[in-house]
Amino acid sequence: MLATLGQELSDSPVPIDTIDLAWSGLVPIMILIGGALLILVVDSLVPRQVRPGSYALATVVLAAAGMVASVPLWQQVQDGERGPFSTAASAIAVDGFSVFVTFVILSAVILAALSFDGWLRREEMDGAEPYVLMLLSASGAVVMASANDLIVMFLGLEILSIALYVLAAMHLRKITSQEAGVKYFVLGAFSSAFFLYGIALIYGGTGSTNLVSISDYLSATVLGDSGLVLAGLALLLVGFGFKVAAVPFHFWAPDVYQGAPTPSVAWMASGVKVAAFAGLLRVFYLGFGTYRLDWQPVILVLAVLTMLVGSVLAVVQTDVKRMLAYSSINHAGFILVAVQAATAAGVQAALFYLAAYTFMVAGSFGVIAVVSRKGDIGTSLDDYRGLSRDRPVLAFAFALLLLAQAGVPLTSGFFAKFYVITAAIEAGSSTLAIIAMVTAVISSYVYLRIIVSMYVAGDDAPEPRTIPLPAAAGLALVLSVMVTMSVGVFPGTLASLAEDATPVLVPEPVDPGAVDPSRAPTGP
Amino acid sequence: MTGSIAQVTPAWYLVLASVVFAIGAVGLLVRRNPLVMFMCVELMLNAVTLTFVTFSRMLNDVNGQTVVVFVLVVAAAEVVVGLGIIVALLRKQPTATADDLTVLKG
Repeated sequence: MLATLGQELSDSPVPIDTIDLAWSGLVPIMILIGGALLILVVDSLVPRQVRPGSYALATVVLAAAGMVASVPLWQQVQDGERGPFSTAASAIAVDGFSVFVTFVILSAVILAALSFDGWLRREEMDGAEPYVLMLLSASGAVVMASANDLIVMFLGLEILSIALYVLAAMHLRKITSQEAGVKYFVLGAFSSAFFLYGIALIYGGTGSTNLVSISDYLSATVLGDSGLVLAGLALLLVGFGFKVAAVPFHFWAPDVYQGAPTPSVAWMASGVKVAAFAGLLRVFYLGFGTYRLDWQPVILVLAVLTMLVGSVLAVVQTDVKRMLAYSSINHAGFILVAVQAATAAGVQAALFYLAAYTFMVAGSFGVIAVVSRKGDIGTSLDDYRGLSRDRPVLAFAFALLLLAQAGVPLTSGFFAKFYVITAAIEAGSSTLAIIAMVTAVISSYVYLRIIVSMYVAGDDAPEPRTIPLPAAAGLALVLSVMVTMSVGVFPGTLASLAEDATPVLVPEPVDPGAVDPSRAPTGP
Repeated sequence: MTGSIAQVTPAWYLVLASVVFAIGAVGLLVRRNPLVMFMCVELMLNAVTLTFVTFSRMLNDVNGQTVVVFVLVVAAAEVVVGLGIIVALLRKQPTATADDLTVLKG
């Protein structure tokens, strides 16, 4: 029996057909997943007494390694001769856009890991799992940002989300954390189902889930009845709307941000939003660029609602985490303004905004993680009174980050908002630009309220208390403040990087291993 | 086929899938038990897989059927994590319904 089988095997002349993989494009993803599994294995092999801080160190090293591995990719895609390429049978695109977003996502991982370290030890929950989950979640985020196929994007979205559900519900002794986890899970799964149904309808309408084939099909054919594709597009937008917390799909965000562990929120608010917006831009701007007249008005309405609700409802909150949740909704509205422009300048503005926003928001939640007390409590506005007296440097750093979120000049937030509004005006949406500026003014009231609370204690000031500042969390703060301020003074570097990070549709190379110059990447 | 009362065309499957999807979506919004809400999500995902298989058959393209395998794996992973979270919550609040989850509001 075995002999015949062996003979058959040696006789079989046809080699098994395998897809051609350009492994170099997958290195950052493999580092994240492999590193996460390695941490888990090592953690279960060594005795329980691990030196505190080693998990965070390992996570930061892995994220930094992912960044280093992305540098040659960036050079390759910017090189005129080699240019962007796709791998895994055109499922993953490696272009300037995906590499740029990978950098931003990995920065968010580093900031959140540094913030996690001290927080987990204070809550007596130190362990490998939060870091592993965050690394896996980040790998999903990178997949989502570089997906060239809607199904791969869905898989990336799920890898990202499933790990996040656990990160939200992680604090077992705190009922609000579980409540946040259940709410996030049920609504996240709900939105994923919409997202997937959208993919199914688009597959039915165009015959493919690959963005390149979809785009080719849509530009080559005039659909007699485009209802199926448009319905699919609308459902996809619902899915993305949930993930980026755009109004009217935002109602989970304040509850989850308030209840979930603060360092998880730092990752949720930065990395996840970046990945979801990257996916949104890739699908709508690239894949469905021919339908832009259909989706632009919808995104415009979403942007207006998101900015207004985010800024107005932030004003009435009394919990700082909730305030920042609504302010992050307002930020999502700003990025939607850039998406709505559907121009190269709009994409550049969105990328600049996402990069600047990542450092501002991860730093802000890092401060909240430090200021809160054991049990992850003490996040109401009253708990911040007199912070400038107890911890002057911490209060100053928080004030800078909040001013950056408000868009004050000399911070990165100013240029982020400036580029978005410029892109909107160039695209002919002056009204939208005016609404954006008005909501920026409204939400700056919220940030000023927190700053006033920190600096003007009043007569009935609470007793002075000592706020321990772990070294890692301090490092995360220094990093975010430095990036925020230096980008605010010299925005040129980041702006030109964002300009080079144009997304392109990369078709599958005809001859495996060699990119045919006649099928060069095409923009929308 | 000829003996049946009506021809079962792919459109029937698409309509069935959309009805199942709607049942799942409405069920999630009106039911208050976390477990039942979770079952509604599964219903929605299964409706989508039915849509994929139908389109795959209509387009004579195998990709739609491979998608189903991916979706099944994702749904299984979601079950593992989702049930874990729901059990963790129900241990703290054994009779919790969605209406009881009101610690976070505002």
